[in-house]
Amino acid sequence: MTRLIARLDIKGPNLIKGVHLEGLRVIGDPQLFAQKYYQDGADELIYIDSVASLYGRNNLVDIVKHTAQNIFIPLTVGGGVRSVEDANLLLRSGADKVAINTACMSNPSLINELANRFGSQCVVLSIEAKKTSKGHWEAYTDNGREKTGKDVLSWVLEAVERGVGEVLLTSVDQEGTKKGFDVELVKMVTDKISVPVIASGGMGEIAHIFKVISEGAADAVALANVLHYDTQPLKLIRKEMSAKFPFMRPVS
Amino acid sequence: MNKITVIDYGMGNVFSVARAFEHCGAEVLLTDKPSEILSASHLVLPGVGAFADGMQELRKRSLTSVILEYVSSNKPFIGICLGMQMLFDATEEFGIHEGLGIIKGNVVAIPVNGNDGRSRKVPHIGWNKVMVKSSFQGNDPVFKSLDHSFYSYFVHSYTAIPSDEKTILADCDYQGFAVTAAVKQNNVYGCQFHPEKSGETGLSIIRNFISLTA
Repeated sequence: MTRLIARLDIKGPNLIKGVHLEGLRVIGDPQLFAQKYYQDGADELIYIDSVASLYGRNNLVDIVKHTAQNIFIPLTVGGGVRSVEDANLLLRSGADKVAINTACMSNPSLINELANRFGSQCVVLSIEAKKTSKGHWEAYTDNGREKTGKDVLSWVLEAVERGVGEVLLTSVDQEGTKKGFDVELVKMVTDKISVPVIASGGMGEIAHIFKVISEGAADAVALANVLHYDTQPLKLIRKEMSAKFPFMRPVS
Repeated sequence: MNKITVIDYGMGNVFSVARAFEHCGAEVLLTDKPSEILSASHLVLPGVGAFADGMQELRKRSLTSVILEYVSSNKPFIGICLGMQMLFDATEEFGIHEGLGIIKGNVVAIPVNGNDGRSRKVPHIGWNKVMVKSSFQGNDPVFKSLDHSFYSYFVHSYTAIPSDEKTILADCDYQGFAVTAAVKQNNVYGCQFHPEKSGETGLSIIRNFISLTA
Protein backbone atom coordinates (compact mmCIF):
# COMPACT_ATOMS: atom_id res chain seq x y z
CA MET A 1 0.00 0.00 0.00
CA THR A 2 3.01 2.31 -0.07
CA ARG A 3 1.96 5.46 -1.83
CA LEU A 4 3.97 7.41 -4.36
CA ILE A 5 3.09 11.05 -3.96
CA ALA A 6 4.12 13.85 -6.28
CA ARG A 7 4.90 16.96 -4.24
CA LEU A 8 4.57 20.33 -5.92
CA ASP A 9 5.84 23.37 -4.07
CA ILE A 10 4.19 26.41 -5.53
CA LYS A 11 4.98 30.10 -5.42
CA GLY A 12 2.45 32.41 -7.04
CA PRO A 13 1.44 30.69 -10.27
CA ASN A 14 4.63 28.62 -10.56
CA LEU A 15 5.92 25.23 -9.61
CA ILE A 16 9.24 25.80 -7.87
CA LYS A 17 12.05 23.80 -6.44
CA GLY A 18 14.86 24.54 -4.06
CA VAL A 19 17.62 22.94 -2.10
CA HIS A 20 17.09 22.61 1.67
CA LEU A 21 13.77 24.29 0.85
CA GLU A 22 15.64 27.48 -0.02
CA GLY A 23 16.99 29.11 -3.15
CA LEU A 24 13.72 28.62 -4.95
CA ARG A 25 13.78 28.17 -8.71
CA VAL A 26 10.83 28.42 -11.05
CA ILE A 27 10.14 25.19 -12.93
CA GLY A 28 6.87 25.80 -14.73
CA ASP A 29 3.09 25.60 -14.69
CA PRO A 30 1.99 23.27 -11.86
CA GLN A 31 -1.11 22.16 -13.80
CA LEU A 32 0.94 20.63 -16.59
CA PHE A 33 3.12 18.76 -14.16
CA ALA A 34 0.16 17.60 -12.07
CA GLN A 35 -1.64 16.32 -15.16
CA LYS A 36 1.41 14.34 -16.21
CA TYR A 37 1.82 12.79 -12.76
CA TYR A 38 -1.85 11.82 -12.72
CA GLN A 39 -1.48 10.09 -16.07
CA ASP A 40 1.75 8.42 -15.02
CA GLY A 41 0.10 6.84 -12.00
CA ALA A 42 0.85 9.05 -9.01
CA ASP A 43 -1.19 7.84 -6.05
CA GLU A 44 -1.70 11.35 -4.72
CA LEU A 45 -0.59 14.92 -5.14
CA ILE A 46 0.59 17.41 -2.54
CA TYR A 47 0.55 21.14 -3.20
CA ILE A 48 2.40 23.38 -0.79
CA ASP A 49 2.12 27.15 -1.08
CA SER A 50 5.71 27.96 -0.22
CA VAL A 51 5.22 31.62 0.54
CA ALA A 52 1.78 31.44 2.14
CA SER A 53 2.99 32.08 5.66
CA LEU A 54 4.72 35.19 4.44
CA TYR A 55 1.43 36.61 3.17
CA GLY A 56 -0.63 35.00 5.90
CA ARG A 57 -2.91 33.14 3.55
CA ASN A 58 -3.01 30.31 1.06
CA ASN A 59 -3.09 31.45 -2.54
CA LEU A 60 -3.71 28.08 -4.09
CA VAL A 61 -7.51 28.13 -4.27
CA ASP A 62 -7.61 28.83 -8.00
CA ILE A 63 -4.89 26.33 -8.79
CA VAL A 64 -6.67 23.72 -6.67
CA LYS A 65 -9.97 24.39 -8.46
CA HIS A 66 -8.28 24.05 -11.79
CA THR A 67 -6.57 20.81 -10.78
CA ALA A 68 -9.82 19.29 -9.58
CA GLN A 69 -11.28 19.84 -13.05
CA ASN A 70 -9.32 17.02 -14.63
CA ILE A 71 -7.43 15.14 -11.97
CA PHE A 72 -9.21 12.43 -10.02
CA ILE A 73 -6.75 11.38 -7.35
CA PRO A 74 -6.38 12.77 -3.84
CA LEU A 75 -4.93 16.19 -3.36
CA THR A 76 -3.42 17.51 -0.14
CA VAL A 77 -2.96 21.26 0.07
CA GLY A 78 -0.90 23.15 2.60
CA GLY A 79 0.63 26.50 3.32
CA GLY A 80 -1.05 29.33 5.18
CA VAL A 81 -3.91 27.32 6.66
CA ARG A 82 -4.74 29.23 9.82
CA SER A 83 -8.31 28.40 10.62
CA VAL A 84 -11.20 26.03 10.08
CA GLU A 85 -12.49 28.51 7.50
CA ASP A 86 -9.21 28.43 5.54
CA ALA A 87 -9.33 24.63 5.51
CA ASN A 88 -12.98 24.58 4.51
CA LEU A 89 -12.30 26.88 1.56
CA LEU A 90 -9.55 24.59 0.27
CA LEU A 91 -11.66 21.46 0.79
CA ARG A 92 -14.56 23.07 -1.03
CA SER A 93 -12.22 24.01 -3.87
CA GLY A 94 -11.22 20.41 -4.51
CA ALA A 95 -8.61 19.58 -1.86
CA ASP A 96 -9.11 16.31 0.00
CA LYS A 97 -6.77 16.98 2.90
CA VAL A 98 -5.11 20.03 4.34
CA ALA A 99 -1.54 20.19 5.60
CA ILE A 100 -0.79 22.47 8.52
CA ASN A 101 2.46 23.63 9.98
CA THR A 102 3.10 27.24 11.04
CA ALA A 103 -0.33 28.12 12.42
CA CYS A 104 -0.58 25.10 14.71
CA MET A 105 2.84 25.81 16.20
CA SER A 106 1.51 28.81 18.09
CA ASN A 107 -2.04 27.47 18.23
CA PRO A 108 -1.95 23.68 18.64
CA SER A 109 -5.68 23.53 19.39
CA LEU A 110 -6.24 24.31 15.69
CA ILE A 111 -5.43 20.63 15.13
CA ASN A 112 -8.28 19.58 17.43
CA GLU A 113 -10.67 21.99 15.74
CA LEU A 114 -9.78 20.74 12.26
CA ALA A 115 -9.94 17.08 13.27
CA ASN A 116 -13.30 17.51 14.97
CA ARG A 117 -14.74 19.37 12.03
CA PHE A 118 -13.35 17.41 9.09
CA GLY A 119 -12.14 14.19 10.66
CA SER A 120 -8.57 13.18 11.41
CA GLN A 121 -8.10 11.66 7.96
CA CYS A 122 -8.35 15.16 6.54
CA VAL A 123 -5.63 16.74 8.66
CA VAL A 124 -1.98 16.32 7.71
CA LEU A 125 0.73 17.64 9.99
CA SER A 126 3.56 19.04 7.91
CA ILE A 127 6.88 19.03 9.71
CA GLU A 128 10.13 20.54 8.51
CA ALA A 129 12.77 18.72 10.52
CA LYS A 130 16.38 19.76 10.97
CA LYS A 131 18.82 17.53 12.78
CA THR A 132 20.28 19.12 15.89
CA SER A 133 22.28 16.24 17.36
CA LYS A 134 22.35 12.48 17.13
CA GLY A 135 18.80 11.20 17.48
CA HIS A 136 17.29 14.68 17.78
CA TRP A 137 15.54 16.91 15.30
CA GLU A 138 13.96 20.34 15.67
CA ALA A 139 10.77 21.42 13.92
CA TYR A 140 11.11 24.45 11.64
CA THR A 141 8.63 26.57 9.73
CA ASP A 142 8.74 28.88 6.71
CA ASN A 143 10.67 26.51 4.45
CA GLY A 144 13.21 25.64 7.09
CA ARG A 145 14.01 29.24 7.97
CA GLU A 146 12.29 29.71 11.31
CA LYS A 147 13.22 27.73 14.41
CA THR A 148 10.35 26.76 16.67
CA GLY A 149 12.26 25.24 19.57
CA LYS A 150 9.97 22.21 19.33
CA ASP A 151 11.48 18.75 19.37
CA VAL A 152 10.16 16.82 16.35
CA LEU A 153 9.25 13.66 18.22
CA SER A 154 7.43 15.30 21.09
CA TRP A 155 5.64 17.62 18.67
CA VAL A 156 4.51 14.71 16.49
CA LEU A 157 3.24 12.83 19.52
CA GLU A 158 1.31 15.88 20.72
CA ALA A 159 -0.15 16.50 17.26
CA VAL A 160 -1.28 12.88 16.88
CA GLU A 161 -2.88 13.06 20.30
CA ARG A 162 -4.70 16.20 19.16
CA GLY A 163 -5.97 14.45 16.07
CA VAL A 164 -3.75 14.67 12.98
CA GLY A 165 -4.35 11.73 10.69
CA GLU A 166 -1.12 11.77 8.75
CA VAL A 167 2.35 13.28 8.96
CA LEU A 168 4.27 14.81 6.07
CA LEU A 169 7.81 14.59 7.37
CA THR A 170 10.27 16.70 5.40
CA SER A 171 13.94 16.56 6.15
CA VAL A 172 15.29 20.07 5.58
CA ASP A 173 18.82 18.64 5.67
CA GLN A 174 18.17 16.16 2.87
CA GLU A 175 15.70 18.15 0.80
CA GLY A 176 16.96 18.85 -2.70
CA THR A 177 20.25 17.03 -2.14
CA LYS A 178 19.31 13.78 -3.96
CA LYS A 179 21.30 11.96 -1.28
CA GLY A 180 18.41 9.93 0.06
CA PHE A 181 15.74 10.32 2.71
CA ASP A 182 16.61 10.82 6.36
CA VAL A 183 15.82 7.22 7.25
CA GLU A 184 16.74 7.67 10.90
CA LEU A 185 14.28 10.54 11.27
CA VAL A 186 11.51 8.60 9.55
CA LYS A 187 12.12 5.51 11.63
CA MET A 188 12.11 7.48 14.86
CA VAL A 189 8.64 8.82 14.01
CA THR A 190 7.09 5.67 12.49
CA ASP A 191 8.21 3.68 15.54
CA LYS A 192 6.19 5.88 17.84
CA ILE A 193 2.94 6.71 16.06
CA SER A 194 0.14 4.72 14.48
CA VAL A 195 -0.86 7.24 11.80
CA PRO A 196 0.72 7.11 8.35
CA VAL A 197 3.98 8.95 7.68
CA ILE A 198 4.97 10.43 4.32
CA ALA A 199 8.74 10.67 3.95
CA SER A 200 9.81 13.76 2.05
CA GLY A 201 13.12 15.26 1.03
CA GLY A 202 16.20 13.68 -0.47
CA MET A 203 14.98 11.33 -3.17
CA GLY A 204 17.65 10.83 -5.81
CA GLU A 205 17.39 7.22 -6.92
CA ILE A 206 14.98 4.33 -6.54
CA ALA A 207 17.15 2.61 -3.93
CA HIS A 208 16.40 5.56 -1.64
CA ILE A 209 12.71 4.69 -1.72
CA PHE A 210 13.37 1.03 -0.96
CA LYS A 211 15.49 2.04 1.99
CA VAL A 212 13.05 4.47 3.58
CA ILE A 213 10.25 1.92 3.23
CA SER A 214 12.12 -1.14 4.43
CA GLU A 215 14.26 0.52 7.11
CA GLY A 216 12.25 3.63 7.94
CA ALA A 217 8.79 2.01 7.63
CA ALA A 218 7.50 4.99 5.65
CA ASP A 219 3.90 4.60 4.51
CA ALA A 220 4.36 6.92 1.57
CA VAL A 221 7.09 8.87 -0.16
CA ALA A 222 6.83 12.37 -1.53
CA LEU A 223 8.80 12.97 -4.71
CA ALA A 224 9.61 16.36 -6.16
CA ASN A 225 12.93 17.08 -7.91
CA VAL A 226 13.29 13.66 -9.49
CA LEU A 227 9.87 13.98 -11.05
CA HIS A 228 9.98 17.64 -11.99
CA TYR A 229 13.29 17.20 -13.79
CA ASP A 230 12.26 13.74 -15.01
CA THR A 231 15.48 12.17 -13.77
CA GLN A 232 13.48 9.27 -12.32
CA PRO A 233 10.21 8.98 -14.22
CA LEU A 234 7.22 7.94 -12.14
CA LYS A 235 6.35 5.04 -14.41
CA LEU A 236 9.80 3.57 -13.96
CA ILE A 237 9.74 4.04 -10.19
CA ARG A 238 6.36 2.36 -9.97
CA LYS A 239 7.44 -0.53 -12.14
CA GLU A 240 10.52 -1.20 -10.05
CA MET A 241 8.58 -0.84 -6.83
CA SER A 242 5.85 -3.21 -7.99
CA ALA A 243 8.50 -5.84 -8.59
CA LYS A 244 9.79 -5.44 -5.06
CA PHE A 245 6.59 -4.71 -3.16
CA PRO A 246 3.68 -6.85 -4.40
CA PHE A 247 1.13 -4.66 -2.58
CA MET A 248 1.66 -1.70 -4.90
CA ARG A 249 -1.31 -0.58 -6.94
CA PRO A 250 -0.82 -1.82 -10.47
CA VAL A 251 -1.02 0.93 -13.05
CA SER A 252 -1.46 0.14 -16.69
CA MET B 1 -28.23 14.69 -20.14
CA ASN B 2 -28.59 12.93 -16.82
CA LYS B 3 -28.98 15.23 -13.90
CA ILE B 4 -27.27 14.25 -10.66
CA THR B 5 -28.20 15.92 -7.40
CA VAL B 6 -25.43 16.17 -4.83
CA ILE B 7 -26.38 17.08 -1.29
CA ASP B 8 -24.34 20.09 -0.22
CA TYR B 9 -24.54 20.13 3.56
CA GLY B 10 -21.25 21.81 4.38
CA MET B 11 -19.23 18.62 4.81
CA GLY B 12 -16.17 18.08 2.77
CA ASN B 13 -15.19 17.55 -0.80
CA VAL B 14 -18.40 18.49 -2.58
CA PHE B 15 -16.54 20.17 -5.40
CA SER B 16 -14.45 17.07 -6.22
CA VAL B 17 -17.51 14.87 -6.22
CA ALA B 18 -19.48 17.27 -8.40
CA ARG B 19 -16.58 17.65 -10.78
CA ALA B 20 -16.13 13.88 -11.20
CA PHE B 21 -19.82 13.47 -12.08
CA GLU B 22 -19.61 16.36 -14.54
CA HIS B 23 -16.53 14.85 -16.10
CA CYS B 24 -18.58 11.68 -16.63
CA GLY B 25 -21.20 13.60 -18.55
CA ALA B 26 -23.75 14.48 -15.89
CA GLU B 27 -25.29 17.81 -15.14
CA VAL B 28 -24.77 18.38 -11.42
CA LEU B 29 -27.01 20.23 -9.01
CA LEU B 30 -25.47 21.03 -5.64
CA THR B 31 -28.21 21.71 -3.16
CA ASP B 32 -29.47 21.45 0.38
CA LYS B 33 -33.07 22.29 -0.51
CA PRO B 34 -35.54 19.53 0.42
CA SER B 35 -37.73 20.09 -2.64
CA GLU B 36 -34.77 19.76 -5.03
CA ILE B 37 -33.54 16.67 -3.24
CA LEU B 38 -36.95 15.01 -3.37
CA SER B 39 -37.35 15.69 -7.07
CA ALA B 40 -33.87 14.34 -7.91
CA SER B 41 -33.55 11.40 -10.28
CA HIS B 42 -30.13 10.39 -8.87
CA LEU B 43 -28.99 11.47 -5.43
CA VAL B 44 -25.45 11.57 -4.03
CA LEU B 45 -24.58 12.05 -0.37
CA PRO B 46 -20.86 12.80 -0.24
CA GLY B 47 -18.99 13.53 2.92
CA VAL B 48 -15.64 13.92 4.49
CA GLY B 49 -15.48 14.50 8.17
CA ALA B 50 -16.80 13.43 11.49
CA PHE B 51 -20.03 11.44 11.71
CA ALA B 52 -21.64 13.52 14.45
CA ASP B 53 -20.98 16.77 12.57
CA GLY B 54 -22.34 15.28 9.38
CA MET B 55 -25.58 14.20 11.02
CA GLN B 56 -25.87 17.55 12.76
CA GLU B 57 -25.47 19.39 9.46
CA LEU B 58 -28.16 17.19 7.88
CA ARG B 59 -30.52 17.76 10.84
CA LYS B 60 -29.86 21.50 10.82
CA ARG B 61 -31.16 21.54 7.24
CA SER B 62 -34.03 19.15 8.12
CA LEU B 63 -32.65 16.70 5.58
CA THR B 64 -32.74 13.38 7.44
CA SER B 65 -36.43 12.74 6.77
CA VAL B 66 -35.99 14.10 3.23
CA ILE B 67 -33.27 11.54 2.52
CA LEU B 68 -35.41 8.74 3.98
CA GLU B 69 -38.33 9.81 1.81
CA TYR B 70 -36.13 9.95 -1.32
CA VAL B 71 -34.66 6.51 -0.60
CA SER B 72 -38.13 4.98 -0.21
CA SER B 73 -38.97 6.18 -3.73
CA ASN B 74 -36.64 3.55 -5.18
CA LYS B 75 -34.60 6.09 -7.19
CA PRO B 76 -30.80 5.62 -7.33
CA PHE B 77 -28.88 6.82 -4.29
CA ILE B 78 -25.20 6.63 -3.41
CA GLY B 79 -23.44 7.63 -0.21
CA ILE B 80 -19.69 8.13 -0.36
CA CYS B 81 -17.32 7.70 2.61
CA LEU B 82 -19.02 9.51 5.49
CA GLY B 83 -22.12 9.57 3.27
CA MET B 84 -22.08 5.76 3.32
CA GLN B 85 -21.39 5.52 7.04
CA MET B 86 -24.34 7.78 7.91
CA LEU B 87 -26.68 5.30 6.19
CA PHE B 88 -26.22 3.02 9.19
CA ASP B 89 -27.89 2.99 12.61
CA ALA B 90 -25.13 4.47 14.74
CA THR B 91 -21.43 5.09 15.21
CA GLU B 92 -19.01 5.05 18.09
CA GLU B 93 -16.91 7.90 16.62
CA PHE B 94 -16.33 10.54 19.36
CA GLY B 95 -19.17 9.01 21.46
CA ILE B 96 -22.30 7.17 20.32
CA HIS B 97 -24.20 8.99 17.57
CA GLU B 98 -27.30 7.97 15.70
CA GLY B 99 -27.23 7.72 11.91
CA LEU B 100 -29.94 7.64 9.26
CA GLY B 101 -30.78 3.99 9.96
CA ILE B 102 -31.42 3.12 6.32
CA ILE B 103 -29.14 0.07 6.42
CA LYS B 104 -29.02 -1.98 9.61
CA GLY B 105 -25.66 -2.04 11.31
CA ASN B 106 -23.10 0.11 13.04
CA VAL B 107 -19.97 2.05 12.27
CA VAL B 108 -16.94 1.06 14.32
CA ALA B 109 -13.32 2.13 14.60
CA ILE B 110 -10.74 0.19 12.61
CA PRO B 111 -8.70 -1.51 15.36
CA VAL B 112 -5.07 -0.45 15.58
CA ASN B 113 -4.09 -3.81 17.00
CA GLY B 114 -4.69 -6.87 14.87
CA ASN B 115 -5.61 -10.33 16.18
CA ASP B 116 -2.24 -11.52 14.98
CA GLY B 117 -0.45 -9.11 17.30
CA ARG B 118 0.64 -6.80 14.48
CA SER B 119 -0.47 -3.21 14.56
CA ARG B 120 -1.88 -1.38 11.59
CA LYS B 121 -1.94 2.31 10.71
CA VAL B 122 -5.20 4.15 11.30
CA PRO B 123 -6.52 6.03 9.34
CA HIS B 124 -6.52 3.53 6.52
CA ILE B 125 -5.12 5.74 3.78
CA GLY B 126 -4.22 4.68 0.30
CA TRP B 127 -5.11 2.52 -2.67
CA ASN B 128 -6.42 -0.86 -1.68
CA LYS B 129 -7.99 -3.79 -3.44
CA VAL B 130 -11.78 -3.78 -3.48
CA MET B 131 -13.12 -7.32 -3.79
CA VAL B 132 -16.64 -7.71 -5.08
CA LYS B 133 -18.63 -10.35 -3.16
CA SER B 134 -19.26 -13.45 -5.23
CA SER B 135 -23.04 -12.99 -5.05
CA PHE B 136 -22.66 -9.63 -6.82
CA GLN B 137 -19.93 -10.53 -9.30
CA GLY B 138 -20.90 -9.81 -12.85
CA ASN B 139 -24.44 -8.79 -11.99
CA ASP B 140 -24.23 -5.45 -10.26
CA PRO B 141 -24.89 -2.55 -12.60
CA VAL B 142 -22.66 -0.07 -10.72
CA PHE B 143 -19.62 -2.37 -10.76
CA LYS B 144 -20.23 -3.67 -14.25
CA SER B 145 -17.28 -3.49 -16.67
CA LEU B 146 -14.90 -3.70 -13.71
CA ASP B 147 -12.95 -6.75 -12.64
CA HIS B 148 -14.04 -8.71 -9.56
CA SER B 149 -11.30 -6.89 -7.75
CA PHE B 150 -9.93 -3.44 -8.44
CA TYR B 151 -7.89 -0.77 -6.66
CA SER B 152 -9.54 2.29 -5.17
CA TYR B 153 -8.57 5.09 -2.85
CA PHE B 154 -9.54 4.86 0.81
CA VAL B 155 -9.15 7.37 3.58
CA HIS B 156 -11.05 6.60 6.76
CA SER B 157 -10.69 5.58 10.39
CA TYR B 158 -14.09 3.91 10.82
CA THR B 159 -15.87 1.19 8.94
CA ALA B 160 -19.48 0.08 8.66
CA ILE B 161 -20.44 -3.36 9.90
CA PRO B 162 -23.80 -4.23 8.32
CA SER B 163 -26.05 -6.53 10.39
CA ASP B 164 -27.02 -8.37 7.24
CA GLU B 165 -23.95 -9.60 5.41
CA LYS B 166 -25.96 -9.81 2.23
CA THR B 167 -25.88 -6.02 1.98
CA ILE B 168 -22.08 -6.11 1.59
CA LEU B 169 -21.35 -5.52 -2.07
CA ALA B 170 -17.58 -5.54 -1.72
CA ASP B 171 -14.99 -5.67 0.97
CA CYS B 172 -11.33 -4.95 1.32
CA ASP B 173 -8.61 -6.56 3.39
CA TYR B 174 -6.72 -3.99 5.39
CA GLN B 175 -3.86 -5.94 6.92
CA GLY B 176 -6.12 -8.67 8.23
CA PHE B 177 -9.13 -6.50 9.03
CA ALA B 178 -12.15 -6.70 6.72
CA VAL B 179 -13.22 -3.21 5.75
CA THR B 180 -16.69 -2.90 4.24
CA ALA B 181 -15.80 -1.29 0.92
CA ALA B 182 -19.27 -1.00 -0.59
CA VAL B 183 -22.84 -1.83 0.35
CA LYS B 184 -26.06 -2.20 -1.57
CA GLN B 185 -29.61 -2.40 -0.37
CA ASN B 186 -32.20 -2.15 -3.13
CA ASN B 187 -31.67 1.27 -4.74
CA VAL B 188 -29.20 2.43 -2.10
CA TYR B 189 -25.47 2.18 -2.68
CA GLY B 190 -22.67 3.13 -0.35
CA CYS B 191 -18.94 3.32 -1.06
CA GLN B 192 -16.37 3.64 1.68
CA PHE B 193 -13.69 4.37 -0.91
CA HIS B 194 -13.74 7.51 -3.02
CA PRO B 195 -14.77 6.82 -6.63
CA GLU B 196 -14.18 10.50 -7.36
CA LYS B 197 -10.53 10.05 -6.30
CA SER B 198 -9.82 6.62 -7.72
CA GLY B 199 -8.70 7.58 -11.19
CA GLU B 200 -10.27 5.89 -14.21
CA THR B 201 -11.64 2.98 -12.15
CA GLY B 202 -13.59 5.35 -9.97
CA LEU B 203 -14.87 7.27 -12.98
CA SER B 204 -16.24 3.99 -14.40
CA ILE B 205 -18.26 3.48 -11.23
CA ILE B 206 -19.57 7.02 -11.46
CA ARG B 207 -20.57 6.53 -15.11
CA ASN B 208 -22.38 3.33 -14.20
CA PHE B 209 -24.25 5.08 -11.39
CA ILE B 210 -25.29 7.86 -13.76
CA SER B 211 -26.68 5.23 -16.14
CA LEU B 212 -28.93 3.66 -13.49
CA THR B 213 -32.64 4.10 -13.92
CA ALA B 214 -35.20 4.13 -11.14
